[in-house]
Amino acid sequence: MREDNMLIFEKSVAGRRCVTMPKSPLIADIPDGLKRSSPPGLPEVAQIDLVRHYTQLARKAHGVDNGFYPLGSCTMKYSPRLNEDCAALPGFTQTHPLQGEDASQGSLAVLHDLALSLADICGMDEVTLQPAAGAHGEFGALLMVKEYFRRKNDLKRTKVIVPDSAHGTNPAGAAMCGFQVVPVPSDAGGCVDMEALAAIAGEDTAALMLTNPNTLGLFEKNIQEIVRIIHGAGGLMYCDGANLNAIMGRCRPGDMGFDLVHLNLHKTFSTPHGGGGPGSGPVGCKAQLAEFLPGDRVVFENGRYAFAKRADSVGNVKNFYGNFLVCLRAYAYILTLGGDGLREVSENAVLNANYLMKLLAPEYAPSFEGTCMHEFVLSLEELKKQTGVSAADVAKSLIDRGIHPPTMYFPLIVREALMVEPTETESKETLERAAAAFKELHALAFSKPDALLEAPVLTPIRRADELAAAKNPLLKFEG
Amino acid sequence: MSYVPSTAREREQMLKAVGAAGYDDLYKDVPPEIAFRGDYSHIAKEGLSEFEVKDRLGELAARNRNYAAIFRGAGAYRHHIPSCVPHLAMRSEFVTAYTPYQAEISQGVLQAIFEYQTTICALTGMDASNASVYDGATAAAEGISMCLEKNRRSAVVSQTANPGVLSVIKTYCKAMDAELILCPEKNGVTDLEALASLVNENTACVYAQTPNFYGIVEDGEAIARIAHAAKARFIAGVNPISLALFKTPGEYGADIAVGDGQPLGIPLSFGGPYLGFMSCRKDMVRKLPGRIIGQTVDKEGKRAFVLTLQAREQHIRREKALSNICTNQALCALAATVYCAALGPQGLYEVACQSMANAAYLKEQLEAAGFAPAFPGVVFHEFVTQCPTDSAKVLAALDSNGILGGLPIDGNRILWCATEVNTKDQIDHLIRIVRSVIPHA
Repeated sequence: MREDNMLIFEKSVAGRRCVTMPKSPLIADIPDGLKRSSPPGLPEVAQIDLVRHYTQLARKAHGVDNGFYPLGSCTMKYSPRLNEDCAALPGFTQTHPLQGEDASQGSLAVLHDLALSLADICGMDEVTLQPAAGAHGEFGALLMVKEYFRRKNDLKRTKVIVPDSAHGTNPAGAAMCGFQVVPVPSDAGGCVDMEALAAIAGEDTAALMLTNPNTLGLFEKNIQEIVRIIHGAGGLMYCDGANLNAIMGRCRPGDMGFDLVHLNLHKTFSTPHGGGGPGSGPVGCKAQLAEFLPGDRVVFENGRYAFAKRADSVGNVKNFYGNFLVCLRAYAYILTLGGDGLREVSENAVLNANYLMKLLAPEYAPSFEGTCMHEFVLSLEELKKQTGVSAADVAKSLIDRGIHPPTMYFPLIVREALMVEPTETESKETLERAAAAFKELHALAFSKPDALLEAPVLTPIRRADELAAAKNPLLKFEG
Repeated sequence: MSYVPSTAREREQMLKAVGAAGYDDLYKDVPPEIAFRGDYSHIAKEGLSEFEVKDRLGELAARNRNYAAIFRGAGAYRHHIPSCVPHLAMRSEFVTAYTPYQAEISQGVLQAIFEYQTTICALTGMDASNASVYDGATAAAEGISMCLEKNRRSAVVSQTANPGVLSVIKTYCKAMDAELILCPEKNGVTDLEALASLVNENTACVYAQTPNFYGIVEDGEAIARIAHAAKARFIAGVNPISLALFKTPGEYGADIAVGDGQPLGIPLSFGGPYLGFMSCRKDMVRKLPGRIIGQTVDKEGKRAFVLTLQAREQHIRREKALSNICTNQALCALAATVYCAALGPQGLYEVACQSMANAAYLKEQLEAAGFAPAFPGVVFHEFVTQCPTDSAKVLAALDSNGILGGLPIDGNRILWCATEVNTKDQIDHLIRIVRSVIPHA
């Protein structure tokens, strides 16, 4: 059937209703001077039309449930249905955040146990669950760094060192907290350039923000030396835990020497990505920083769970206690996997990535040689030189083959980058089919490059004019 | 259970194909001194079966109280959520997608967020909206961030705002090295004289919430006048349901409108996930943080939706970005969009009217029972009363009858809330219980 591309607002017919409210004997008394001048321009639709409209939009979306989604750095793994059922229990969804500790013992138990489990997994002494997403956790953690040095009256520490391969949220978060961002280059092997780091680190260093494994999918094998340099300079070690899915049960940020870490429950712990959120970005830290964590802690004393203030907390970064239902899903996930399962997750995430990387060679070469962790980065620079077909063209062509493209043009230090993260929940044959599609496109780039430049052709729209969108922004429906 | 599909045999084949004798070979870059070989202290070695997990979580859910009636708001509100809202928002294509970077394969998510932006602008009377931030409190804080300039580093914030929102504003101001100046209240509303004296050439913005924490509708026009006289911005914190009835931030001259979208079809959920909405006037669009969706055309001229104005964002601007937000609350924004479309202008009007009428009736009945209103002023669906007896005693009596009463606040006062689900019968029942614990009532 042909699908329309009308907005719900364009399907509105005056007088139509979708649901009705109870008839109330009470009448509101609104002073005239306070009334809005005309009703809000919301759609008036029948229920069947509402249902069809959003069902049709759902069909124009691609989730992990639709097909392979190797979006690097985002860990698009399967989101178990069991966790959805747990998060839909009325005992959790119908609880008011201010109904008091005695009436919320179940929710507090979840927060308490999840924080302990996550601290265990990342080798830290304490975890807060308040931040709503990874970048939010970074913000909270950097604020802890700022407060930590302020309390020590060590005010010269104004700089945060960030590798040139880092996620954009790292420098942006550091700048939000008033730090000066100092980039450190990567070496020929794709890891932190040790000489450059040693030259940069000094008495003005507040922290190094490091993703390990890094965004190239490589384990920073000099991690111990990096820690020595930063701690030696008096700075703190911050771990961007976006890539934790590679290392659970194998090594822990805390044991590596990191002082702080943020995790992404919507990546490593299988909570669904929701078309862009909600996520959850817990922050873990070592004991000497624990009193600085954002939000209250949950304690278990005398058989009862309760909130307790942290002495030097940087404050609340969000109202209430975090994205509770997201936390709940992650808790169900950890219970289901157990310690052995968590290790199995990481080992197979790494195996799947290496297997896919191997299958893609020699046509697609990884940007750095060697074993990768849970993801790898391809550079299509050669292909582009030879055929004119870019990383974006290959990505768009994958769409016609039912595959969500990898992350494009990131990290910034790799030209024509495609960052591929298959995750552990994909089967061997899915990886083989994806590799076949990649290889078919490689051949096509030489025999019929136009086919790639034109792609995609099987989607509801063809390539969109993004320049026009930014030049003349149309950001809402104008009746 | 790890949800890993490959069998032991397949794993062997794959290991062999990549030239590894075992998993240890894949982790050879991890220095042995930092390898984790122990067991966890708080996680069982073996996982539980699906049945066991469900059972455990069910037990925990049962340890929360579920109240038959809730008369508590203070930033989280129980409204009726039409059945079609979760059914549509929880479609697995939406649930398991991520940020719509690839427009061609993400039109459904992109169009839904475009509809969300249109909905928020319709409610607030503003020109542009982003695709959501974490919650109403972070929306307020990000709003302040939008207004800060080199020589305007202070935010004047009314003390009548929700204390939870105030605490987050405080945290963000500290991070951004912005000065936070609290404007005192008078009779439960922002003290306008004090406000006028606090706003000056260093003021980046004024933030005030209406209806405020005490439920009272603030004089938005007066606040806008005071802010604008000093060339400062006015950020209005609003309850989206109230906007079906009351003057919009656009109408009273606010520059930015923010708030928590939870009342729009999101369950209470012990505080999250909710969504923060942010909308503003045209001249501030390029200062909005986070994702924004725009309409454009594809190469064949067909209508298309894309992520736009990305030059504001962290993945492009890095340390020069306005905010580091990446993941937002997209699925909650979708639910809010479907909720508003399901209710339509008439339905939302009825929800707002009934909430207001029920609250007015509750207030009147409580007053008759000896609970004097703490403040004058027009309220929407919340209000504060002075308690004629120990407020803990009143709330305990309600609690033992399955009713969550209002929120106790300082000075033996209670902040009550009623919405369209708190019917007259429910209120009459509450009043009977309340009267039974008041001496001589």
